[in-house]
Amino acid sequence: MSFVLRRVAFYLVAFLVAATINFILPRLMPGNPIDVLFAQQATTLPAEARAALIETFGFASGPLHLQFLDYMKSVFTGDLGYSIRFYPQTVNQVLAYAFPWTLLLAGTATLLAFCIGSIIGTYAAWRRGGLLDAVATPLSLALQATPAVVIALTALFIFGVALRWLPTGYAFNPSLDPAWSWRYISSVFVHGLMPICSLMIVFVGGYLVTMRNNMIGQLGEDHVTMGLAKGLTDRRVQFNYAARNALLPSVTSLGLTLGAILGGSLVTEVVFNYPGLGQTLYLGIVTRDYPLIQGQLLIMTFATLLANLAVDLLYVFLDPRLRRA
Amino acid sequence: MYETLKVFLRNRKALVGLMIVLLYVAVAIFGPMILNLDPMQRVGRPHQAPNAEEWFGTTRMGRDVFAQVIYGTRTSLAVGFFAGTIIVLIGTCLGIAAGYFGGWIDEVVTFFTNVVLVIPQLPLLLVIAAFMGQTSPVVIAIIIGLTSWAWGARVTRSQTLTLRNREYILASELIGERPTRMIFVELLPNLLSIIGFNLIGSVTYTIITQATLEFLGLGNPMSVSWGTMLYHAQNTSAISIGAWWEVLVPALAVAGIGIGLSLLNFGVDEISNPRLRTLGTVAAAVRTQKKLDQQRLAESNA
Repeated sequence: MSFVLRRVAFYLVAFLVAATINFILPRLMPGNPIDVLFAQQATTLPAEARAALIETFGFASGPLHLQFLDYMKSVFTGDLGYSIRFYPQTVNQVLAYAFPWTLLLAGTATLLAFCIGSIIGTYAAWRRGGLLDAVATPLSLALQATPAVVIALTALFIFGVALRWLPTGYAFNPSLDPAWSWRYISSVFVHGLMPICSLMIVFVGGYLVTMRNNMIGQLGEDHVTMGLAKGLTDRRVQFNYAARNALLPSVTSLGLTLGAILGGSLVTEVVFNYPGLGQTLYLGIVTRDYPLIQGQLLIMTFATLLANLAVDLLYVFLDPRLRRA
Repeated sequence: MYETLKVFLRNRKALVGLMIVLLYVAVAIFGPMILNLDPMQRVGRPHQAPNAEEWFGTTRMGRDVFAQVIYGTRTSLAVGFFAGTIIVLIGTCLGIAAGYFGGWIDEVVTFFTNVVLVIPQLPLLLVIAAFMGQTSPVVIAIIIGLTSWAWGARVTRSQTLTLRNREYILASELIGERPTRMIFVELLPNLLSIIGFNLIGSVTYTIITQATLEFLGLGNPMSVSWGTMLYHAQNTSAISIGAWWEVLVPALAVAGIGIGLSLLNFGVDEISNPRLRTLGTVAAAVRTQKKLDQQRLAESNA
């Protein structure tokens, strides 16, 4: 268990570092962000909101270390202030609405990409140099190097505009009310299909290549030869002997790519006008909604760290050595 | 040197990748010289489809997409190589320092590397860029460079650690070589493949990230690059009115250089890791063996 505890401690410190960066950034910038903001903002905010805003930034007064303590308190009590773009909603309300959509989009895409990539990678390595390997491996290299924005825009143009098969924006038909009804769920499914698939396509290649290369390394190991010599079936050697071990570095790379997936999801949401965190962050940036932008960075970091913790737990499950330690 | 080159050129993936990258570099260097015009100039009516005059059509502003993508290649590649160099410099210095000196230096560097690795990159970059306002390509290159070194530092550190315990390093230490000589003469040459790997990967990453940041409107809209082209296309709803060329051209440009660089990287990987390299040969041998077996089977049956 000490492994998990150490990881939790590490993530806690990582979160503190991210929060500190978040605190320092607006203070490093030339000028006062609030002045910039009000210079750009055509509408004037109520005095109460402006006060809240100043409080969030801590620009009002006081020495830096007190500002920092105040800020940390607001971070840990989860009070992120008011959003400017979505006033009078608080940042928390905006994020709470957006978060499930990003979770649906990025979560489904990650699961699909990891499973499909790893399975195809296993087969490509098993018959290395074969047809599947010759087609799938270069293709994944190409996909891996293609930015999410390119794939999303292409999908949008082909299936949304040219063929008109799928809706081009939003997460469900706006005329429907959210409910556990068949019509609503199918609408969510149809609207999610294109964003999820294009996000998945961006990341499936990376997992495929990682898994394939790990598998090839494993297939040269003695225990695999041993398994084959014992007369085990190919399937058993392929999955229980080679793939099981090759999966470990893949899971590590899964943990390392989570942040990138969140980034990809951000772009995909903007392209498809999907109402998740990325779309809100985009709107926040366009309107220079600093409280919202800062809250976004915090919640995205928090989500990435939680997902990393989940990957660590998966690692403990896959690697018995960590359970004994 | 010649031998290395021959091994390199025999690898088909590396060769194709190298050719793509060289093509882009040539376009970036000579393209603007040959064209010699202003890519922001209005040359025709808005949203004209590709024709004999404007090969890749025009934008909403009536600008020539072909000229823009050529000039954009220069910006995007320059940013890519500039930021890639920053990333490699920081990553290599930190990685070698941590791996070679060990002790508290290692602990501090490893800790910060791991922290930077788990903080999501793109949101962080977006926030920094948002606070800086609309940023020029150089500034984008610098912020990408300063935030993306962690992966390289980690890989370089682990490679330095394995080298550190080799006998020749211990031997040179016993002779009494100075740390600077140890690092530059004994370690660095053996790290070159990792550094090259890191450079190619970082350039790919920077080009993609720059395009993404600019697409989201965080670049300077008056500069010409693939990202700003996508931004303008998105802002003028080029896709929904069917002006596919305005999106497709810069999108293909980004995808092309990404594919070229990653083929190059994979090729280098295959060259340095023989297990991955001999795949084709192994498969061919297996096929020949099978054919032989079948032949023998047929003969013995007959």
